[in-house]
Amino acid sequence: MKRLFLIEFDKLRTNRSSRILIGAYFILLTSIALIAAIKFDIGPIKFHLAEQGIFNFPYVWHFNAFIGAWFKIFLAVVIVSMTANEYSNKTIKQNLIDGLSKREFLHSKWIMIFAFAGISTLFIFVVSLILGLMYSNYTELGIIFSDFEYLLAYFLKLVAFFGFCLFLGTVIKRSAFALGFLGVWQMFEGICYGLLKWKSPSWIDADQVFRLFPLNAMSNLVPEPFTRLSAVRNLAEQVGEVMQTNSAVRFWDIVIVVLWSYIFYLLTYRLLKRRDL
Amino acid sequence: MSTILTVTDLTKKFGHLTAVNSLSFSINKGNVYGILGPNGSGKSTTLGMILNVVNPSSGTFSWFDGAKNTHQALKRVGAIIERPNFYPYMTAAQNLRLVCRIKEVPKSKIEEKLELVDLLDRKNDTFKTYSLGMKQRLAIASALLNDPEILILDEPTNGLDPQGIAQVRGIIQKIAAQGATILLASHLLDEVEKVCSHVLVLQKGKRIYFGKVTALTTDHGYFELNATDLNALQKVLESHQDIEKIEVYNTHILAYPSKSMTATELSKSLSEQGIIITHFAQKHKSLEEQFLSLTKNQQP
Repeated sequence: MKRLFLIEFDKLRTNRSSRILIGAYFILLTSIALIAAIKFDIGPIKFHLAEQGIFNFPYVWHFNAFIGAWFKIFLAVVIVSMTANEYSNKTIKQNLIDGLSKREFLHSKWIMIFAFAGISTLFIFVVSLILGLMYSNYTELGIIFSDFEYLLAYFLKLVAFFGFCLFLGTVIKRSAFALGFLGVWQMFEGICYGLLKWKSPSWIDADQVFRLFPLNAMSNLVPEPFTRLSAVRNLAEQVGEVMQTNSAVRFWDIVIVVLWSYIFYLLTYRLLKRRDL
Repeated sequence: MSTILTVTDLTKKFGHLTAVNSLSFSINKGNVYGILGPNGSGKSTTLGMILNVVNPSSGTFSWFDGAKNTHQALKRVGAIIERPNFYPYMTAAQNLRLVCRIKEVPKSKIEEKLELVDLLDRKNDTFKTYSLGMKQRLAIASALLNDPEILILDEPTNGLDPQGIAQVRGIIQKIAAQGATILLASHLLDEVEKVCSHVLVLQKGKRIYFGKVTALTTDHGYFELNATDLNALQKVLESHQDIEKIEVYNTHILAYPSKSMTATELSKSLSEQGIIITHFAQKHKSLEEQFLSLTKNQQP
């Protein structure tokens, strides 16, 4: 395990573009804190975003888990290009000849996926904790340490997404095409949803089917937090709109995403095993 | 003698093409083996299969009498396949460190092996700045990191300039002289002839010869002759009881004896017949000629 981690860590550490992308990613994650600085002070209208309750415990966990996930594409690029490069440099072949098994090769990549997701989650935790302690109206321990399911959901979302990227990198073997395919797949899911809504017979619930799609399942895992915000709710009530949206982490979405992660792992392994190099 | 590798009925099919056809052979410790064959005869595919990167269609192979599974066994093997494959952005030392991690050998060997292939002064330069010859030498250093029980080389001098070829050959000969087991695939016959004790000849994925190089090249040799009177020479040779065949080759006559015959014997009997010889040479078929005649015989 340590050996596999060090093998992958060496590959990443010595690659300049990976270092830059990973560095940029963590700087961006930290930059969530900059939201706190958004402040308008135009005469009678005083607006300070940090005072609007977005950093209140436990809401801050949800809010930051949602915002933090936007930046995951940076690490996705790293994973896809590191995987594709193994093929274009034929270093995967050399790794196997040197005595790494195909399973070990895959595990070294998956260890990196878990490390990326784990460190990101830790980062979000620390940044949220600091922001919360600075701006939250409630700082009782019981409140601070509630709603942690959003952090778990964030972690699983990243794992599944990176697993999907690793799979695409392995299938397509070209980083640009693999990332392009990721975009195409996102559109494909959208089109499928549209078709389901439009054409499916009445006994099929389009929304329930759509829940099963991988990217959609990942995005469902951490639902958008904005409608939970009291400021937004008040605004909506004023215009006579009653918002009924789900903002909780749902058990079945967790199951679906974990299953997809496992499917990506299995498919990638099957492909590695069958393919001649 | 301990067996390092046993290959039994190994077959690889790519669609309807059979790249390797029911190949069997075994490799014993301490010998230097050559795999010979024209391009596309299945040399690299065979090596790919025993090195875990190509899946066999059927048949089996086992390393070290099946004591370990393939990837564990490969940690005791050193191999270079076709082109040197390294991380272009890593330095030579970083690349070798990664190989050490994979093979689970101490990093202390890195300097020693870089010294051996004469790359120590370039160890902190990235791989992409290396010339092809240097890349190939780094590949050799990498293959030697674990002091392998067998070294597998696939076309190690391919694409190198004469100087690079000489350097790589020198390194191989040095390793061979230390009593290492080597498996060398090449289509360069003189390369194999120079370093190998045993040879496996492949054609269209089939084994057409496996055994000692000397057994393949030892025949009775032949004589290359010329005389002032070529017709008389030809007549005398034709009537000679121990000459089974003669051939006219350019201005020379080639005479093939039916049993082993020394130059003195033939020269003596010719001068007894009054032939004045102007050219006389005793020759052996080179591996190249043997190889060509072997592969020609197999043509359908």
